[in-house]
Amino acid sequence: MAIFANDAAPKDALTTVTGVPDHAFRGPRGNRRSGGRRIGSHVFLIILAIYFIVPIWWLFVAATKDTAGLFGSPAFWFDGNFAFFANVAELFTHQGGIYWRWLANSFLYAFAGGIGATILAILAGYGFAKYNFRGRNGVFGVILGSVMVPLTALVIPTFMLLSQYGIINTPWAVILPSLLSPFGVYLMRVYTQDAVPDEMLEAARIDGAGEIRTFFQVALPMLKPAIVTVLLLSVVGTWNNFFLPLAVLTDPQLLPVTVGLNRWTALSNAGAGGEQVWNLITSGAFISVIPLVLSFLFLQRYWQGGLAIGSIK
Amino acid sequence: MADHEASAHLFTTDRLDEETSMTTQTTAGPQPVATRRTSAPRSRGSRLERRRQRWGWLFVSPFLAVFALFLVFPLFYAFGMSLFTSTLATGTKFTGLGNYAKAFTDPLFLEGLLRVAAFAIVMIPAQLIVALAAALVLDSLTSWLSKLSRLLIFVPYAIPVVIGALMWSFLYSPKFGPSATLFTAVGLPTPDFLASDTVFGSLVNIVTWQWSGYYMVVIYAALRSIDPSIYEAARIDGANGWQTATRIKLPMISSSMVMVITFALIGTLQFFTEPVVLRNIAQGAIDAAYTPNMYAYSLAFSYSQFNYASAIAFSLGALVFAGSYLFLFLTRKQSGLK
Repeated sequence: MAIFANDAAPKDALTTVTGVPDHAFRGPRGNRRSGGRRIGSHVFLIILAIYFIVPIWWLFVAATKDTAGLFGSPAFWFDGNFAFFANVAELFTHQGGIYWRWLANSFLYAFAGGIGATILAILAGYGFAKYNFRGRNGVFGVILGSVMVPLTALVIPTFMLLSQYGIINTPWAVILPSLLSPFGVYLMRVYTQDAVPDEMLEAARIDGAGEIRTFFQVALPMLKPAIVTVLLLSVVGTWNNFFLPLAVLTDPQLLPVTVGLNRWTALSNAGAGGEQVWNLITSGAFISVIPLVLSFLFLQRYWQGGLAIGSIK
Repeated sequence: MADHEASAHLFTTDRLDEETSMTTQTTAGPQPVATRRTSAPRSRGSRLERRRQRWGWLFVSPFLAVFALFLVFPLFYAFGMSLFTSTLATGTKFTGLGNYAKAFTDPLFLEGLLRVAAFAIVMIPAQLIVALAAALVLDSLTSWLSKLSRLLIFVPYAIPVVIGALMWSFLYSPKFGPSATLFTAVGLPTPDFLASDTVFGSLVNIVTWQWSGYYMVVIYAALRSIDPSIYEAARIDGANGWQTATRIKLPMISSSMVMVITFALIGTLQFFTEPVVLRNIAQGAIDAAYTPNMYAYSLAFSYSQFNYASAIAFSLGALVFAGSYLFLFLTRKQSGLK
C-alpha cells in the first residue's frame, strides 16, 4: 500500500517553501525513501550542513598554516606552506610545552569529574527508581528543581567555600563541584524505571542475592546505554566548563585547555610582541576538539538513544 | 525533563501533601505500613520494608552529599554573604537586603538583565526554528545524505563553547579575512561584525551554531518515537504535509519542545562564556557588565566585592529559577504536567 502511496503522490506536494517536507504521502516507517522526490529537502539539509561544518573546516585549514599564512592566504583553503607539524613542534616548546599540560589537565578533570558524576548518578537513579523509601518523592522533586538553578550562580559561593578549606587552585577545586549532575540522576532514574523490571530484582532476592549483588549483577548490565549517555554528557560538561576553572584556578600549570587557549588569545590580542601565537591558538584548538568529536562519532548509537530517554515518556 | 510522572511532584502540591501526610502517619505508630496509600514494591512485613527503605537511602546518599555540599550549601552561603557589606573603612557589617536594593537600582545590572532578556527573545526562537526545521526534514528522509547531515549538524555541540566562540571570533575578525574576502569579491564594503551595534547578532549566530544541533537530536528522537500508523490515518483523512507537521507532529512532541525551550532559557539567562571570549577581540563593543553573570564575575574577581557579587549572582539565580518555573507552569498543558 505504501508503494502505491509513493507512486500516487502528486508532484506539487513535494516540499513546501519553508523546507518542511510533505509527510502526507509517505508510507509507514521503513518506506521513507522516495528517490528524487526529496530534492528540496536535501538542498535545505545541504545548506544547513554547510553552515554547521564550515567553521570547523576553517579551523582544520587554519591549523595547517603559520602566522603569515593565517593573515595572507585564502581563509578556507590551504596555504602553500603546510605548517601543521611545525605548529605541533612549536606547541612542545612554547612556554615549556604548557599546551600539553593543559590538554592533560582537561583529560584529568573531565574524566575524574565525569566518571565520578556518572557513578553517583547511577546509584542515585537506581535508588530513586527501585526503592520506595519515605521522602523519596520530596527529595527527588528538590533535585529536579535544582536543574533550573544556574550553576554559574553557584561559582562565586563555591569559590569562597573552597578557599576557606584551602583547596582553591588545586585540581580538586574543579573536580569536586563537577561531581554534581542532577540531570544525570534524572536520566538514570527514568531509564532504570523502564529498563530494569521489578520482577527480576525480586527473583534475584529470592535466590538469596543481597541488595548490592542484585544491583551489580542484575541491574547494572541492563543500564549500559544510559550509563554511556550520562558519562558522555558529564565528561563533555566538565570538559566545556569555563566559568568554574576560570574562577578557582590561577596557576597557569593547572588550567584546562579551554581556559589556557582563551588566555593566549587575550595576550595575542593585547598585541604583546612575543605573545602573538595565532598559529598555536588555531592548531591547539584543532587538536583539542579531536577527542570529543571522535568520541561522539564512535558512541553515536548510544547517545542518540540515550538523549531520547530525557525527552520521551 | 518535563513530561515524566516524577516531575509532576514539582508542580502539583496535592501529591507533595500526600507525601508529607504519609510521613506523619508513618512516624505516628508501629502499624503505618499497612495504612500507606501508595503500595510499596512488595509489602512483606514492616521489618523487611524498613530495611529496604534504608537501602534506598544508602543508594541515593552519595549523590545527596555532593548535592548538599555543592548546591544547597553554596546557595545558602551566597544568600548569607549577600546580606553583609564589607568595606575597608567599616569592616564587615550586616546590611540586610541593602545589597538587593542596590542591585535592582544598579543601571549596570538592570542593563545586563534587559540584554539577556533581548537575547532570549531572539536567540531561543532562532535555535528552535533551525532545530525543528532540521529535525522535521531529517525525520522524512532516510538517505546517506540525511544521515551525514544529521551528524554534521550535531558536531558543533561536541566543540567546547570556548573553542566555538574562538573560531567565530577569528571568522568575524576583519584581520583574518574570510568575511573581508567574501564581501570585497562581490564589491561590497566589509561589515564589522564586532562593532557595538552588530555584536549582538554575531553572538546570536554563535549560540545558534553551537546548540541547534543538540536540540535537533532531542526533537528528532521524539519524532522517531511517534507511531507511523498515525501518519497513515492522517493521510487517509486527507491531511497534507503541513497539516501533519503542525497538527500531529508538533503536538505530539510538545513535551520535548518544552524541555528544549526550558534548557535554552536557562542557558540564555546565564549567558557568559561567548561574550567573555568575544570580548578579547571585540574591544569596546562588549563591556565587563555585558551580562549579569559577567557583571557578578568582574565584581567578585576584579573588584573583590564578594558580598555585592553574591547578591547579583543570587538575584540572577532566583530570576532564572522563577523564569523557567513560570514557563513550565504556563506550558503545563503542552508538556503533559497538568
